[in-house]
Amino acid sequence: MANMFAKIKWKHFINYIVVAIAMIVFGVMSLTGALSSSTVYLLEKIAIAIILAVSLSVVVGFLGELSLGHAGFMCIGAYLGGKASLLLEPVMGDGFLTLIVSMIVGGAIAALCGAVIGLPALRLKGDYLAIVTLAFGEIVRSIFMNTKKESFGGSLGLETPRYDKDILFIIAFVFVLITLAVLQNLIRSKHGRAITSIRDNEIASKATGINVTKYKLIVFTISSFFAGIAGVLYSFSNYTVQSSKFSYNYSIEILVMVVLGGMGSINGSIIAATLITFLDVKLQTILTGDLAVLQDLFYALVLIILVIYNNAPALKGFRETHNLKVLLDRFRKHSPADRKDDEAKWDRVPTKISMDEVLSVDLQPQTTYTPDKPKKEGK
Amino acid sequence: MEIIETLLNGMSIGSTYAMIALGYTMVYGIAKMLNFAHGDVIMVGGYMLFITMASALSNPIIGLIFAVVVCMILGITIEKIAYKPLRGASPLAVLITAIGVSYLLQSTAQMIFGSAPKMVILLDLGNIEFGGLKVPVYTLITLGCSVVIMLVLSLFVKYTKTGRAMIAVSEDKGAAQLMGINVNGIITITFAIGSALAAFAGFFMLLKSPSLSNTLGAMPGIKAFTAAVIGGIGSIPGAMLGGLLMGVVEAISFKIPVIAPYTDAIEFLILIVILLVRPSGILGRKRREKV
Amino acid sequence: MSTTVLKIENLGISFGGLKAVQDLNLEIKEKQLYGLVGPNGAGKTTVFNMLTGVYKPTTGNFYLDGENLTGKAQDVINQKGIARTFQNIRLFNNMTVIRNVMVGLHNRPEFKCGVFASIFRLPSYYKTEKAMRQKAKEILRIVGLEEERNNLSCNLPYGKQRKLEIARALATNPRLLCLDEPAAGMNPNETADLMDIIKFIRDEFNVTILLIEHDMKFVSGLCDEVTVLNFGTVLAQGKTRDALNDPEVIKAYIGG
Repeated sequence: MANMFAKIKWKHFINYIVVAIAMIVFGVMSLTGALSSSTVYLLEKIAIAIILAVSLSVVVGFLGELSLGHAGFMCIGAYLGGKASLLLEPVMGDGFLTLIVSMIVGGAIAALCGAVIGLPALRLKGDYLAIVTLAFGEIVRSIFMNTKKESFGGSLGLETPRYDKDILFIIAFVFVLITLAVLQNLIRSKHGRAITSIRDNEIASKATGINVTKYKLIVFTISSFFAGIAGVLYSFSNYTVQSSKFSYNYSIEILVMVVLGGMGSINGSIIAATLITFLDVKLQTILTGDLAVLQDLFYALVLIILVIYNNAPALKGFRETHNLKVLLDRFRKHSPADRKDDEAKWDRVPTKISMDEVLSVDLQPQTTYTPDKPKKEGK
Repeated sequence: MEIIETLLNGMSIGSTYAMIALGYTMVYGIAKMLNFAHGDVIMVGGYMLFITMASALSNPIIGLIFAVVVCMILGITIEKIAYKPLRGASPLAVLITAIGVSYLLQSTAQMIFGSAPKMVILLDLGNIEFGGLKVPVYTLITLGCSVVIMLVLSLFVKYTKTGRAMIAVSEDKGAAQLMGINVNGIITITFAIGSALAAFAGFFMLLKSPSLSNTLGAMPGIKAFTAAVIGGIGSIPGAMLGGLLMGVVEAISFKIPVIAPYTDAIEFLILIVILLVRPSGILGRKRREKV
Repeated sequence: MSTTVLKIENLGISFGGLKAVQDLNLEIKEKQLYGLVGPNGAGKTTVFNMLTGVYKPTTGNFYLDGENLTGKAQDVINQKGIARTFQNIRLFNNMTVIRNVMVGLHNRPEFKCGVFASIFRLPSYYKTEKAMRQKAKEILRIVGLEEERNNLSCNLPYGKQRKLEIARALATNPRLLCLDEPAAGMNPNETADLMDIIKFIRDEFNVTILLIEHDMKFVSGLCDEVTVLNFGTVLAQGKTRDALNDPEVIKAYIGG
């Protein structure tokens, strides 16, 4: 038993534990009435942002494709999940069950759209795929904007039922846990390796037998499912859905979270999403009017500087000596000498043939085109 | 009659798109990157016009020259600071940086000029009427100027040494460098030309409707990129064709009440369909990936 | 006596007007080491690209164990049993060495584990994951990279990267292994080592090997038969010694 505990990679579970502890602590606080309604709203927003950022992180950080339509999938989830709960309310009441069913409906329809859009669009990649997802998001927004008032509320937006706030934020956190579980388990499996291999080298990935289209489709579908779920949560949290909220600027905001957290790092995305949402809400009261733009300015600068720092070929050496890991190692009292030792191992692997054997096979220049006898024939 | 008016209007919108699309297509052809911030250079040009018009000079031509110069410097600066360090890095990184630059320009403009739209009345030109046809003068000016600009650009690329060097760089950067072409210089020139065209586009857009805000260039930028893709990215005549097509579709769609609210959606739908059916665009060439 | 693994019939491809390869015919027997040689630009890599589905041939067909694979998708061809390495190394740079090999094991029937089973961590997930790791280690040991297994593949020296690419291709359990200039950029020491490894691999994995190489020493030391290409056409074909001593071939190489 003790052996089993020792074998568990605690590193892999740290994020579940942190999120679960946060959920329990805030849950207890809200039961005792210690949380203000604005804090509850903030917690909901954080949970939604985490789901969005983690699900986009799988597309950008692990598959290596840029999606600028994440807000579009969220928009689909928000409208259809909200509509589903409006339709279900008379039948199933306004309780827990309606909420869960409408969330799944919203997520599933978003996932379906992800798959339908994905199927043909995934023949494209890079800039072209990014622009198609952007176009898709704008189309979705424009369609919902111009719906009739009685169907989806048109430009005024769709009002959604009001659920118990104390339950809603706990449900939001449960969904954060589900998102983490599904996406992390996917990434840390053979399928995750296949997905990462597509990011690292698509040509080699195909040549190694990976069905690239299938995996792109899986990633897009799952990612849009969770974007849809986040959309439904958003519609319940705000009591209303307005399509103007889901413009591509919102997709970019989610992208900032992913990039800030570090590409290919789920924990990073969680931290960045929490931080940015917290700042967003807190700064809303401080930076009013045109000052609010300072925040956008800051994000833009962070985005540019981070990407250049992480990717510029000229900064490779600088990155290797100045990064968080080296900094942390210094705190852990890893002396640089230890690191050198690890690296030195590479030359210690012996090669099978010693030097004089090589010399004996070596041919003189003038005999270059009179080949050796193939050893097998041995004549 | 109304059809001709609509078509003329569409062509003037389209030629503005074409001018923006040229910036996209040239940069894409030579630096192999999608310059997401290109649309926002238009907006900067717009604010430069606003400054000139609000100052003592108050002359649209001086304003235009000022805007062109500032945009060129801006384009070169963006390239040197944000894109050049990433040459050779993954396309994803370049694209994200470009998005960041776009965001940066928009928020800087908002910080300096505020979020309330500014009115920039450059010239009040009125309409021309002949034979029952009522055409706003700015439509004709836009059309005329853009035809001249595109002709000059085509001739420049075809017959000058720099233009031919640009073609060479877009074909094969490495080989061009070996032939003694200053690749960095060519990329800088390309960004300068693209940004100058963006300033012109900003001028024509404000001529049409004088309202100026920090998101002036965002939507037209995306639409112009769409136009560049439709025409075939990297192809100069393709950008013109795509731009005109987009403009005409937009003008017609605005005239039909049922689909008018969906105009943006229709334009993006065209983009998706073109990309799926013929990713290389109408006039583009197919590229084979080297293994 | 032995069975034919790969059969190529009139294979040809043209890009625009340029006939990059034409009328290529060859047959490779089981467990053979076959060489494809020729000057730069002769169309050797193009042949590889056709065999692995990167390009669709304009004429002709090729058969693996009698099955026509012409024009199939790259991943399908790999799953059917043709694996390759690349002239300019293409590794999964941000993954560790062992993970590179594990990607290669992905499609093997014995490591089957669906997306659903992976997400819900069913017992089959733990079983396959462990088995895959074990198998990957075994393959790495054969090419001599076992000690590097937890290093990032981009940090390996050049020669070891080449070996890793071979290990990854081997992991897909191929019938035919296509090696595109496996010895390029290796020092004589490593080259000799590689020759031994290739022979060992052939016997250990029962795999047939088709290789492109510029190093004539390497080719003549390994291959029993070769095809010499020049400007996309076959210049000579047959036993290594005869084909390489063909006056046409020497002329093509030395010029004149």
